[in-house]
Amino acid sequence: MNWFDILEAGISVFLVVFALTAVISRKLLTSIIFLSALSMTAVAGFALLSAPDVAVTEAVIGSGLVTFIFVASIRNLRKAGDGL
Amino acid sequence: MKKIFAGLLAVAFGIVLLIGISLNTGLFGYNDSLPEDGAASHYISKDVNGKTDEVVFGETTGAETGSANMVTSVIANYRSFDTLGEVTVLFLAALGVSLLAGTMDKGRKRSGSGFILRTSARILFPLMLVTGIYIFTHGHLTPGGGFPGGSMIASSFLLLYLADESFRANVKGFKVAEGLAGTLYVAIGIVGLLAAGYFLVNFLPTGTVGNLLSAGIIPVVYVIIGLKVGSEITGIVADMFNEEVKA
Amino acid sequence: MIKFASLLLIIIGLYGILSTRNVIKILVGINVMEIGINVFIIAMGFVNDGAAPILSVDNPVNVLKFVDPVAQALVLTSIVIGLGITALGLVFARKIHKKYGTYDLSETGGES
Repeated sequence: MNWFDILEAGISVFLVVFALTAVISRKLLTSIIFLSALSMTAVAGFALLSAPDVAVTEAVIGSGLVTFIFVASIRNLRKAGDGL
Repeated sequence: MKKIFAGLLAVAFGIVLLIGISLNTGLFGYNDSLPEDGAASHYISKDVNGKTDEVVFGETTGAETGSANMVTSVIANYRSFDTLGEVTVLFLAALGVSLLAGTMDKGRKRSGSGFILRTSARILFPLMLVTGIYIFTHGHLTPGGGFPGGSMIASSFLLLYLADESFRANVKGFKVAEGLAGTLYVAIGIVGLLAAGYFLVNFLPTGTVGNLLSAGIIPVVYVIIGLKVGSEITGIVADMFNEEVKA
Repeated sequence: MIKFASLLLIIIGLYGILSTRNVIKILVGINVMEIGINVFIIAMGFVNDGAAPILSVDNPVNVLKFVDPVAQALVLTSIVIGLGITALGLVFARKIHKKYGTYDLSETGGES
């Protein structure tokens, strides 16, 4: 049981929990925020598996751009009451 | 009823995947070494064309690709045709977004952002821009490359859009830059075809491994890809701001 | 262990696509599947005690043990194309909302 196994187990548990919450929850904003958290946990997984190129790319794209274009699509729903 | 059926289908697909993977390589362990005669070993030891010397950082001149970052040498030299295809797919996606959502300026929301937010966004914007440019010009020495560098440039423009409601980027200029960069990439390939016989071959001399001006054509290709991806994603972000949905 | 977690992520993403009527949640499910597939490909290319595939002052010679670089090149391309797919899908969703007034596919005559 060295540090690699402990970190690997922790990251795996967080991956599955965040994915379940993102898919099952009823509100749209909760799904989007947990998708962003899942993306950041995947960045930690990439850094653990010795892949720095992929980790930098996923951090820049998954945190800023994907979350922004999701939120920009649902920000008009507050008046219509459509699940927000 | 629909959820039960969906759950059963997903679990059935998952059982097929799990059985297949555990019979092939096993679910709970990693490789101990890469296979000796596979493509990955040849790309690591840089002997695709038959040269068999060792490549040492800082000393070898005239190696096969000359870049210190092996992932970069795979993307921009050994598998450069796949990168051309990926650039085309991203171009098609940006084209679709701008055709469907490109009505100009139907009134953005009047949210009064304060003075501190606007000023600090204007201070952060050149820092993010320079970081993005640094990442894609040093793509052959440090992790990163054209794709995260261009995305960081687009994120800096997104910061300005979010902080200041009267900021309009020059979208026409970005579209011109994107088209020019894509054409330049194909033009480099055709120059390679005329100069040395293969499309997208590395025809500039590769210097010492580890210098900034080394690895032949790879820094040029990454600068072009970085500018192209940056202007494309900025165009997508600007188009997402334009259209307002009547609620 | 990460290979097993990423296969679970693919299963959860597929369940998310099939079990909802809201267009935005279908796109969230597609994104969860994409993240699962990318993590799985990188985990397949990992070598025990392997270093990151960059020659530097610490690893100057290329006869040491390195992680597979071809898998990382494929996943880089896949991440950027996933962003393009999500952007195009969300623009389609906006057009649906503009025409029918809702994001729910059962009221547009698209699904039963």
